[in-house]
Amino acid sequence: MRKVFVDVVVKFTKDGQKIPLTVIWEDGKRFQIDKVTDVRRAASLKVGGQGMRYRCRINGKETFLWLEDDRWFVEAK
Amino acid sequence: MDRVILHSDLNSFYASVECLYNPDIRDKPVAVCGSQSTRHGIVLARNLIAKKFGVKTGDTVREAIDKCPCLVVVPPDYERYLRFSVLARDVYKRYTDLVEMFGIDECWLDVTESTRLFGSGEKIAHEIRNTIKEELGITVSVGVSFNKIFAKLGSDIKKPDAVTVIDRENYKNKVWKLPVQDLLYVGKSTCRKLYNIGIYTIGDLACAPVKLLSRHLGKWGETLWLFANGYDETPVQKTDNQPIIKSIGNSFTTPRDLQNNEDVKILLFVLSDSVAERLRRHNLRGRTVQISIRDSELMTIERQAPMENYTYTSLEIARKAYEIFLKSWDWHKNIRLLGVRVTDLITADTGIQLSLIDENRRVKRELLEKSIDSIRARFGHYSVQRALLLLDNRLNANPAEDHVIHPVCYFR
Ligand SMILES: [Mg+2]
Repeated sequence: MRKVFVDVVVKFTKDGQKIPLTVIWEDGKRFQIDKVTDVRRAASLKVGGQGMRYRCRINGKETFLWLEDDRWFVEAK
Repeated sequence: MDRVILHSDLNSFYASVECLYNPDIRDKPVAVCGSQSTRHGIVLARNLIAKKFGVKTGDTVREAIDKCPCLVVVPPDYERYLRFSVLARDVYKRYTDLVEMFGIDECWLDVTESTRLFGSGEKIAHEIRNTIKEELGITVSVGVSFNKIFAKLGSDIKKPDAVTVIDRENYKNKVWKLPVQDLLYVGKSTCRKLYNIGIYTIGDLACAPVKLLSRHLGKWGETLWLFANGYDETPVQKTDNQPIIKSIGNSFTTPRDLQNNEDVKILLFVLSDSVAERLRRHNLRGRTVQISIRDSELMTIERQAPMENYTYTSLEIARKAYEIFLKSWDWHKNIRLLGVRVTDLITADTGIQLSLIDENRRVKRELLEKSIDSIRARFGHYSVQRALLLLDNRLNANPAEDHVIHPVCYFR
């Protein structure tokens, strides 16, 4: 597994939340996030990291997206 | 009703954080080793695998590698450790506001009142242990007891990732058989004195006549006797507003020997710049500037002086540092290393005495330097520079970090 930092399009709501909308992969491919189902602080032991973890549904599949300091990363195969 | 006190200890803290961020070294012996200025690093923390090889905190890197040739040596990342320390405390504060730091990786929690809400001390301890593991990716060991001393002993009995309860029923079994030097504040010399009167375990100490102890150790003997018997009543004190960092400093071994005041001025500005930047990042201001000077024959002197006000701007720090320098150096030798350190710290939002004349200029300077921080955060450290630094590029380094973090005192 690799720690891959990605570009993310984020909506900053007026009550101070951050909602990730689109993940832009290393090769430029864009993935729409259908829904964020859970947000909590968590560590990623697999790739080594720690931050707010967003459980996202993308094309019917569950993916974790981390916000670590000011950067977003995913656990990639 | 007895108090319910927890002592939570982040296990092999620095090494655990490094292993979290670097999965490739997780199954190897790892030591975090410090020291930029002396060129002889020592082990600040090591993981359990390195411990099995006999690597100890305080070993020199050379000693550690002799014991364990495959040791992975990594430099410390204090910013990150401080961040994790804060995150751990945030977890504790979900259960109580009575959280007292003891060093960067240990805390006492008084959860006496919280037990009505969250269940027994042991239950809270397990919840904390699990939460830290999930949220921070590192482990804690927690001691649960009716006083701070036993709680601390408890967190040491089983680790990592474990909870030990020491209650009125089992303390004689669990605590009294421990060697007396495990007790807080029994250092080498106290330990020797106790050995001399035949006291080897905490139980020996607890059962000794108080008079014997005070004869050999003075008032201190009585205190230790109270500790050993579980009579310690020291309250858990909130340590929220006391900065855990006692000083922020940087030093730099120069690529060439410094030979004149102009050289020194350049370097003092470089150093002050990064010290000030880190003060701001940690939301601190300081009042005393300390400089250290090592000459080409490795003799070191340290001089310090107070500033007029608590500050986090590099200009004020650098000016004071240069002023101290001019007073303390006669150029009998060239200079090999310079250090700037700011001590006497308070949190930046603490009320400070305003100066009547200078106030506008000070506010402007603070705003200016904060803008520089955000420019550097976006475009890199070298994107904004003082013109002075262009005089000699070799001296213009982004100096390595060098926090000093002291454990706070037990008695206040
Ligand atoms: Mg520890």
